[in-house]
Amino acid sequence: MTGYSEISSIAHLLRRAGFGASREDLEHYSDMGYEATVEELLNPELQPDYEDDLAYRYVPYYRMGTGIPSYQCYWMYRMISTRRPLEEKMTLFWHHVFATSHSKLNRNPQMNKQLKLLRSFAMGNFRTILIEISKDPAMIYWLDNCENHNGAPNENYGRELLELFSMGVGMDQEFNYSEDDVKECARAFTGWTMAPQLPRYPYGDYCWDFEYRTDDHDHGEKSFLGETGRFNGDDIVDIIVRQPATARFLSRHLYNFFVSDEPQVPSWQTTEPQDPEAIKALEEEYFRSNGDVRSMLRILFNSDFFKNASYKKVKSPAELIAGVMRLVDDYTTPKPNSHEIAFAAAYMGQDLLNPPTVEGWHTGKEWIDSGALVERVNFAADRVGDINMPGVRRIVSRLAAYGPVMDADTLLDHSLELAGPVEVSSDRRTELMTYLEKYKEIKCGTSEEMKNFESIVTGLLRLIVASREFQFA
Amino acid sequence: MTSTKKDPILVVIQLTGGNDYLNTLIPYGDPLYYDNRVNVGIPQEEVLPINDYVGLHPAASAIKSLYDDGKVAIINGVGYPTPNRSHFRSMDIWHTCEPDKVGNEGWLGRVIRDIDPKSENVLTGVNFGRGLPRALALSGVPVASVAVLETYGVLTGITGEPERSEALDVFSRMYAPTIGGGPVMDYLGQTGLDALKGADILKTAPDKYESTVEYAETSISKNLQGIAKVLTADLGTRIFYTQHGGYDTHANQGPAHPKLWSELSQGISDFYADLREHDTADNVLMFVFTEFGRRVKDNGSGTDHGSGGMALAIGDPVKGGLYSEYPSLKSEDLLEGDLHFNFDYRGVYGTMVEKWLGLDAQSVVGGNFEQLGFV
Repeated sequence: MTGYSEISSIAHLLRRAGFGASREDLEHYSDMGYEATVEELLNPELQPDYEDDLAYRYVPYYRMGTGIPSYQCYWMYRMISTRRPLEEKMTLFWHHVFATSHSKLNRNPQMNKQLKLLRSFAMGNFRTILIEISKDPAMIYWLDNCENHNGAPNENYGRELLELFSMGVGMDQEFNYSEDDVKECARAFTGWTMAPQLPRYPYGDYCWDFEYRTDDHDHGEKSFLGETGRFNGDDIVDIIVRQPATARFLSRHLYNFFVSDEPQVPSWQTTEPQDPEAIKALEEEYFRSNGDVRSMLRILFNSDFFKNASYKKVKSPAELIAGVMRLVDDYTTPKPNSHEIAFAAAYMGQDLLNPPTVEGWHTGKEWIDSGALVERVNFAADRVGDINMPGVRRIVSRLAAYGPVMDADTLLDHSLELAGPVEVSSDRRTELMTYLEKYKEIKCGTSEEMKNFESIVTGLLRLIVASREFQFA
Repeated sequence: MTSTKKDPILVVIQLTGGNDYLNTLIPYGDPLYYDNRVNVGIPQEEVLPINDYVGLHPAASAIKSLYDDGKVAIINGVGYPTPNRSHFRSMDIWHTCEPDKVGNEGWLGRVIRDIDPKSENVLTGVNFGRGLPRALALSGVPVASVAVLETYGVLTGITGEPERSEALDVFSRMYAPTIGGGPVMDYLGQTGLDALKGADILKTAPDKYESTVEYAETSISKNLQGIAKVLTADLGTRIFYTQHGGYDTHANQGPAHPKLWSELSQGISDFYADLREHDTADNVLMFVFTEFGRRVKDNGSGTDHGSGGMALAIGDPVKGGLYSEYPSLKSEDLLEGDLHFNFDYRGVYGTMVEKWLGLDAQSVVGGNFEQLGFV
């Protein structure tokens, strides 16, 4: 069996670069080694693609578009079961950054189509990513670029492209661009719209298609970030991706999502990164690789600043839910009635496909309020406390394999190990021991003892996932 | 904190999806209504008249009775500048009092903070429903979010005793203050203890509650009954919040909208009767709002997102009647096909904050706005 410390670092990697993993998967990755695991995660195409046909056959509503919940269920199912965890995690990352919301779109298949787009460029080149998202009809409608006309510009997309998608308002106490740059950027994206569409009633929801209308594009000269020319949208993106601010902004986003909670995005102009060296390393890789996100992630996951950041970041609701489901091994194959699991994310404050604003969700500490915490604790505890879950059964069997009789210390150490490994402070360990202290010897030799053992273990697992530490990734 | 029965209490009911104002308080005296509402209009003879111009939807008969008793203020033409027809954005504006920028603080979060600045009572604000509405969100202000009162709490999946008590005991130790964990760990600890304390107190409410009122088996009635249980248990809760969903009637409005109003009216009327039975109707103000009204012209089977809408204040503290003007239906007065709002929602909030809760309205709603005399 693989040593504990290796498992810990692999588990940390999989919590961040994926959605957690079962013990068996962790052992598999651990046998491969850390760096090889990073490479496997960075190259999702080496793993089998998702078997959508199979999922649809078991759960037809995943693709019926009967409402946004069916797509929320489908996405949560992917997070729980994909063999390409980093691809799915990066899809969630881009959903945080390019936050588009069903509440305005009100067009269910279009949101799912955007997700497919995010997944397709998950670890691609940042220039391509910015061009593709600028052509995405969901984005065009969400930020009103369909109202951005030659002679009558609408600045919404032009502004957010700079402010929230690529450069940020400012850095090092300075502004990254001027109001004039916003106006010129908007002009360059005039004519980037979607093709005329059949009315919804009575035809139903159809997906939109991107259309570039040269007659509605402002072909005049523009000055943007110090450069002048008859710029179109892709020229603007070319200029954006050359900016140091863009390298900084993307690096901070990756750091905030994968390494450690940073202050919320609007304060980045005035708040320095908590680890300037880490951000510098990512910025350098951004320029060295010509904006290749995969290369930046390779630097990130192999760095000491990443490896030393275990349990230092508050789990998002999606991470918490998918992680628990992988641990207990439920919904890892297609199965109906996943609404309860998908909706739990909304109850915890992350309504997937429906972020509160274009700024996305506020993360870190802001995931937690008393209502959300109750939902988080109960969701996790109810699942690890259910002996019928295959993953829970396996934990019980593994624990029982340590011998027919064990003391409380042994049981607690191995339980913490198999539930994560979850790293707890010595205080917390003492508190968890109070649950076990009434048992001098814990036995699982006979079938009667085994029944009792199951209830002791599931009770303990409930408390482990109810701990403060478990709220962190 | 003192909690006497006579502290003013506010119960907010959010109608989610955009309630159709024109089919709720129906301008049946205006031919333009019938010109625009060819498919979903309510025939004149079915309207419950309030005056020669407007009347309530027949499904709202229970609210009409309360209106006739002088317990209902109908506030016309409520909205905010530069209407946004997105559900979320619009609701967000109502929740945060920030029509121009995206805000994170809820107006009721600020109310709860002002009522109980030291968070001495973790139940000063209670939401019935899952997930915290942004209206109640404010960092450092604990609010309990209750799906079902009877099963609310931490680690409720543990059904046996003494197992659950033992588990809760460990939970409270695990969330007790510790040194050196850092600010996020400390915040988690406080939040966990607040949740635990709130649940402990709330679970006493159902046992104390007795009533002859029989609520309907609808979600809104169940939530209002839950509120009645907590309210009558006298736990010091001052702000209650709940939602009634389904008002986004783009299609099939004919049967859908009356069903909603029948459920809502019955729920409110039963809740009010329950308060009367418990001799606490005089210190409870109900407030009903929605994110926007709907398009003046129907779309064939329903109505699309609009602007200017209505709000209701209900209860013994209310001076019943019609407030503010019904916006004009004339096409030249419409804003992109929608009613033009004529009363700023922050003035409605301000009225309640100042005249009912006795707090400073300006800091809660972010400015000085014209108030009304319904309290």
